[in-house]
Amino acid sequence: MTNSLPRRIAGLLLCLALLALAVLLSLAVGARAIPFSTVVDALWHSDGSPEAVIVTTQRVPRTILGLLIGMALGLAGAVMQALTRNPLADPGLLGVNSGAAAAVVTAISFFGITTASGYVWFAFAGAAAATVVVYLLGGGGKGPGGPVRLALAGTSIGAVLVAYTYGVQMLDAKALDQFRFWIVGGLSGRDQSVLLDVLPFLVVGIVIALLLSRPLNALSLGEDTGRALGVNLAGTRLASAATVTLLCGAATAAAGPFAFIGLAVPHAARALIGADLRWVLPYAMLLAPVLLLGADVVGRVVITPSELEAGIVTALIGAPVLIALVRRRQVVPL
Amino acid sequence: MRTLSPARSIKDVRLAADRVSFRIEPRTLVVCLILILVTAGLVLVSLSVGDYPVPFPEVIKSLQGEGSRLAELFVVQRRLPRALVAVVAGIAFGVSGAIFQRLTHNPLGSPDVIGFGYGASVGAILVILFYGGGALLTATGAFVGGLVAAIAVYVLAYRNGVNGLRLVLVGIGVSAIFIAIINYLVSRADLRDARAATVWIVGSLFERRWGDVQLVGFGLLLLIPITVILSRYLPMLELGDDAAAALGVPLERARLGLVVVAVGLTAIATASTGPIGFVALAGPQLARRLTRSPGAGLTAAGLMGALLLVASDLIARRAAAPSELPVGVVTAGVGGIYLGWLLLVHSRRTR
Repeated sequence: MTNSLPRRIAGLLLCLALLALAVLLSLAVGARAIPFSTVVDALWHSDGSPEAVIVTTQRVPRTILGLLIGMALGLAGAVMQALTRNPLADPGLLGVNSGAAAAVVTAISFFGITTASGYVWFAFAGAAAATVVVYLLGGGGKGPGGPVRLALAGTSIGAVLVAYTYGVQMLDAKALDQFRFWIVGGLSGRDQSVLLDVLPFLVVGIVIALLLSRPLNALSLGEDTGRALGVNLAGTRLASAATVTLLCGAATAAAGPFAFIGLAVPHAARALIGADLRWVLPYAMLLAPVLLLGADVVGRVVITPSELEAGIVTALIGAPVLIALVRRRQVVPL
Repeated sequence: MRTLSPARSIKDVRLAADRVSFRIEPRTLVVCLILILVTAGLVLVSLSVGDYPVPFPEVIKSLQGEGSRLAELFVVQRRLPRALVAVVAGIAFGVSGAIFQRLTHNPLGSPDVIGFGYGASVGAILVILFYGGGALLTATGAFVGGLVAAIAVYVLAYRNGVNGLRLVLVGIGVSAIFIAIINYLVSRADLRDARAATVWIVGSLFERRWGDVQLVGFGLLLLIPITVILSRYLPMLELGDDAAAALGVPLERARLGLVVVAVGLTAIATASTGPIGFVALAGPQLARRLTRSPGAGLTAAGLMGALLLVASDLIARRAAAPSELPVGVVTAGVGGIYLGWLLLVHSRRTR
């Protein structure tokens, strides 16, 4: 295993380089390929040429959105798995995705809202409401067996919300017609105002998540050891749940549910550098946007002139990588 | 997990001069009996209610073949096979869910861990989109798709044996691929096909007839004895691989056998109702909480699954009458609320 400090730092730098590459590709590749030099020029001083306009008005916002959402989902997944100590936990486990989906289908069917920017606040409110209910029902994950209860509470509330979502779609064909596009998850067709709406939530969530790495590390040693190490258990759990809601709620509101990234990337990070959250969190934060932006870029070119949604490509690219990692390396439990 | 079980009374039963002996927990026995009675009662109710209501005495007469022709048509030809499919599929989902949860040591474990439901959905959707979706053809597509997914997961997870966590992680990966394909197909299909596909994914019992009952019933009769034989390994496997091996459990064969049985059970249930994943997840959890046992007992889990599905189908038929909801919608709703309520009650008790 690569556990020595220099190798871990080198790995982190490698992740950073990969991320930079993904960002550049995301700016350059598309229905109209633009040379890197033009991209860089356009970023410094837009000369008003069509290429420069495409880069600054279309691809820069889309790339920033993908970058932030990727970071948010990677971190949210790692925090969620640490909080519930369950490898099957994804950021949606607290009901974030299903709450958002239920709210969006309500917005479509009962309020006749049809635009992405109209969905945002519904999605966010639904995500937050679902999380609060799950957290209370799950008893905040306290005590032995607490994480299991939290996970089950999330699953059962999630099931109820999914049932509602499907029920509405069954009775209202119009809602099904719109909703089936939202549920896929993608970066295209999400306008700039969406990004500005969710930006503060994402930034705050990312900072808090990174600060949580030490207390969550202590929590992973078990209830008693954590307390003996002087960690405020209840506070850590509450902060973790709040962070996941901020990150995942904002990401889902902005771009639809991406279930796979938050689930898989932390596992990949653990397979690479072990279970220490002080390293898992930064790795997950850097690798998740690589996957998301890479998937978005691939989705733009595979079926031109049409696009394949990033949510679909993410799974098609990410899943084989996850499987290969799991097969090659020792499986690292939480 | 183990904190749930206070001191429990366990009775030894010895028969035929100790040649047959087994242990019974009275509480589990009582719970199972109650589950059977409630399920039977619900089946009777579902034979009676509908757009053409048949009063109970008439239902009994029809079952004995002495009812009016119309009553017999509705009770025996329409409602009984549908209720029986619900019972059988519910048992199959519940048992397979319990096996998976105990094999993976994870309460979130379900046949979906191994990607079966998603593979089955892809198979069924492809049939619906490209062959117009006849019932038997759709079931076949689902069966094939599910098996492809399950085999892919097992083979990819196999490396000098199958480790529980690796199985789960590979399952997540393979499932993600199938989910992506499902979302892609549904978002690209025309609206009518998308709706048919969604109904199938959610799971429904529309138009189930005696042919379906024979199919799932035969499958269940075939698999239950094998399950009973293999299930004795489960408690030992739960002690961990080393302890189980020390107790003489043939690890890989036992695990493979249990996975195959569980997948088989899911396969027959999914082919007949669609992937109602939540029954497999909630059934064992509900049963475990009712019997207050540390692990999900297979019998109780199966009966709980049957109860869940029969009750859900009854609601699905009547809640939005005269139109019907797909049963999967109701299952998730009812099961989710019930599980949530049990969690709440449990938290009060421990406080």
